[in-house]
Amino acid sequence: MSIASPPVPAPAADPGTTPDIEALQRHFDDTIAAEHRIEPRDWMPDGYRRTLVRQIAQHAHSEIIGMQPEGDWLLSAPSLRRKAILLAKVQDEAGHGLYLYSAAETLGADRADLTDKLIEGRQKYSSIFNYPTLSYADVGVIGWLVDGAAICNQVPLCRSSYGPYARAMIRICKEESFHQRQGYELLLTMMRGTDEQRAMVQDAVDRWWWPSLMMFGPPDAESPNTAQSMAWGIKRHTNDELRQRYVDMTVPQAEFLGVTLPDPELSLDPETGRHRFGAIDWSELKRVISGEGAMNRLRLARRRAARDDNAWVTEAATAYAEKHAAEKRA
Amino acid sequence: MSEMTAEGGHGAVPLSGVPVQPEPTVSRRDWPLYEVFVRGKRGLNHVHVGSLHAPDAEMAVHAARDLYTRRNEGVSIWVVRSADVTASSPDEKDPMFAPSGDKVYRHPTFYDIPDDVPHI
Repeated sequence: MSIASPPVPAPAADPGTTPDIEALQRHFDDTIAAEHRIEPRDWMPDGYRRTLVRQIAQHAHSEIIGMQPEGDWLLSAPSLRRKAILLAKVQDEAGHGLYLYSAAETLGADRADLTDKLIEGRQKYSSIFNYPTLSYADVGVIGWLVDGAAICNQVPLCRSSYGPYARAMIRICKEESFHQRQGYELLLTMMRGTDEQRAMVQDAVDRWWWPSLMMFGPPDAESPNTAQSMAWGIKRHTNDELRQRYVDMTVPQAEFLGVTLPDPELSLDPETGRHRFGAIDWSELKRVISGEGAMNRLRLARRRAARDDNAWVTEAATAYAEKHAAEKRA
Repeated sequence: MSEMTAEGGHGAVPLSGVPVQPEPTVSRRDWPLYEVFVRGKRGLNHVHVGSLHAPDAEMAVHAARDLYTRRNEGVSIWVVRSADVTASSPDEKDPMFAPSGDKVYRHPTFYDIPDDVPHI
């Protein structure tokens, strides 16, 4: 039995009798309640498995598609230093996607099949990657705001009840910190530059601020599944809690940088010490995620091309492996 | 429009209408799955870090280097085909481990030693 193979129900005491589902469910519930981790070969309810496959797969897709907006700038980086940094960052996104596909496979999913579902548009990726990157300042703002929001979402997932997902998230979070810091440093450098460079940063902030707030998902009142996911320990905080935390973290960083966040209603509530902010235009998120963002078609077309145009690499590697296996046998 | 949430990572994704069952696949998925173990530094054990697909063990080692040691995380890598791993049942209450459960006398804390006995 492979340690990564899909879990099987624990065997019943006597061959021929059916497993005691109630006992298995109780054991699962007790494990979750004790904050212990569920591991691949444990029995788990179907809903838990399905929710995790969906969540981990769509997270993996987001990492893989997330290589594209910044990858567009690799050949136009302003210096060798920035190019090396950006290359490392884009490579990390690929790595994050692979850690996550690996975690999804422990649940019985198949990576190539998940990729097909992405390319066919049956599984989604985060709407944030359907916005274009118009200047190099966007690279900095994505690191600061988009990866900053991702860190808020992801740090609690390091305590996910599903072991392989939690372990993947620990690796990812360590690397995301580099992503956010390189972005902020890039912006600090531009803000110390010319008026034109400062205007580029402000323009990028104006375009990315609201989409970054939408990354946390709809308001809690419209997220009826949150309760089940929190009970299962695969979601740790509500969308609104995380969004508030992100705003409170980001406002002082914007002040230090010297940029204005494009929300006239943004203000510190002296009583709570938290920031109030304006209403989010949810119709935009719905439009973008259902395919009407500026870049949706291009993102998927490029992912499809990466699969199909590079198939010869996969075939060559397979042929190489077969040839060497035959030589060893001879 | 299906329901959305930000449950995973980079932002809001749909919750409903998302297929999660694997479907029959074609030949290029024939690459076997390898489990990857990395020795962080000399003096430590190899530790399981994850898995990947590769056409053979040699290419699995190279892919594991790119995927799991981008920041000096290791000095040595093992790969093992997942299908070759034999495992016990996952349930820690399994009778497999029962024989060691009741042998408290195998632990040093089982023995009462007066406080004034030195170095024990």
